[in-house]
Amino acid sequence: MTAPEGPVAGEPDEVLDCLGQRCPLPVIALARRLPELPVGAVLRVLADDPAAAVDIPAWCRMRGHDFLGTTGPAHHIRRAR
Amino acid sequence: MIPSPVYLDAATAAPLHPVARQALLAALDDGWADPDRLYASARRARQLLDAAREAAADTLGVRPDELSFTANGTTAAHSAVLGGLAGRRRAGTVLVHSAIEHSAVLHAAERHVAGGGAASEVPVDRLGRLDLDAWSRAVAGPGVALAALIAASHEVGTVQPVEAAAAACADAGVPLYVDAAQTVARMPVPAGWSVLTASARKWGGPPGVGLLVVRKGTRWESPWPADEREAGRVPGTVNLPAVVAAAASLRAAAADAAAEAARLAPLVDRIRARVAAEVPDVEVVGDPERRLPHLVTFSCLYVDGEALLHALDRRGFAVSSGSSCTSSTLRPSHVLEAMGVLSHGNVRVSLHRGTTEADVERFLAELPGIIADLRAQAGVVGL
Repeated sequence: MTAPEGPVAGEPDEVLDCLGQRCPLPVIALARRLPELPVGAVLRVLADDPAAAVDIPAWCRMRGHDFLGTTGPAHHIRRAR
Repeated sequence: MIPSPVYLDAATAAPLHPVARQALLAALDDGWADPDRLYASARRARQLLDAAREAAADTLGVRPDELSFTANGTTAAHSAVLGGLAGRRRAGTVLVHSAIEHSAVLHAAERHVAGGGAASEVPVDRLGRLDLDAWSRAVAGPGVALAALIAASHEVGTVQPVEAAAAACADAGVPLYVDAAQTVARMPVPAGWSVLTASARKWGGPPGVGLLVVRKGTRWESPWPADEREAGRVPGTVNLPAVVAAAASLRAAAADAAAEAARLAPLVDRIRARVAAEVPDVEVVGDPERRLPHLVTFSCLYVDGEALLHALDRRGFAVSSGSSCTSSTLRPSHVLEAMGVLSHGNVRVSLHRGTTEADVERFLAELPGIIADLRAQAGVVGL
């Protein structure tokens, strides 16, 4: 089960810089910020910890948000509800 | 007060089986000589080694001349992969393996690829079950020398469809290597494989003994420098006292396997249900039905895996984790990654013949509070 890879159309509404942070910190930062954005907003999380590529899509699945894809260290999430 | 220790990491190493201890002590006095020499003490050692091989082979349902003892489970896995590829080099250079093999198998695959070979990885689904269609296509591809499948995941407990995978291999004329480290002496040995390995410390044997079984007719060639011991499959002298203990405990553990599975599987069911119900934001992973009787894995959202292991250790609980912060490479478990499940805050609990219902109850009673404390300390409550 690999995450969808590739660029996301358009620019995100906000960028969260978690480069250098180890998991679970990027997921915690994502969980704090995404609910503050409007439904439909796209957040780009920059995270280079290898676990982020696994845990950010898993968090989206557990919380019912849309995981849009990953390009390098950039993970894209849309608030779905 | 220091809490009494509860050891819940049998999938790494089970506590020494009493039969193993007894056999080990006896063999230390009786089995120190080299079995290949021509004097009385050597003949005694040879008798012990032959008897151990016959007992282990009988327990697994194979011929004694098909079974070799190795220095540990890892070297058995390396020998299985590299020897299986070497013996079939005229057929091709491709190794097909699942995405959730043990790291010993994956490291042998890396060595093969670095030497000019190729590897083809077959995915699993979210429960950790092999994609059988993808497997069947992969083994039927051109130039496949060997296929490797773990009998049951050592990390999440999902039992793999070995016999169906073996049938696909047979159709393609490809030998199958099965890493049975977690199933030997716990579940029946599946049919259809050509090479099988196991590790004694998983069933309560001593550390430092592995099993390598190569079925008659399999094209397998030792990847090591030549040595006449163990039918030419394993170089160097075996640790005979440990081998004697491994074989004796294998027979004892296999004889009790059905009863132990019937006792432990409901305890694992209880852990799966209670953790999911009583710990918020937890993902219990692995197949709930087709699974090992003694092993359960779960991941706790927002919790640091290393901090969780230390907190559990302070309360006397020994468990392991697939979280990246607990590995020397700082990478998450490739098994959790392949399944697409949460990798942080991960705990693997594995039970053994000494595990009691009271041990499990104490773990279940203390776990929710330990996780709540860690989340409170990290300021992530309510996220």
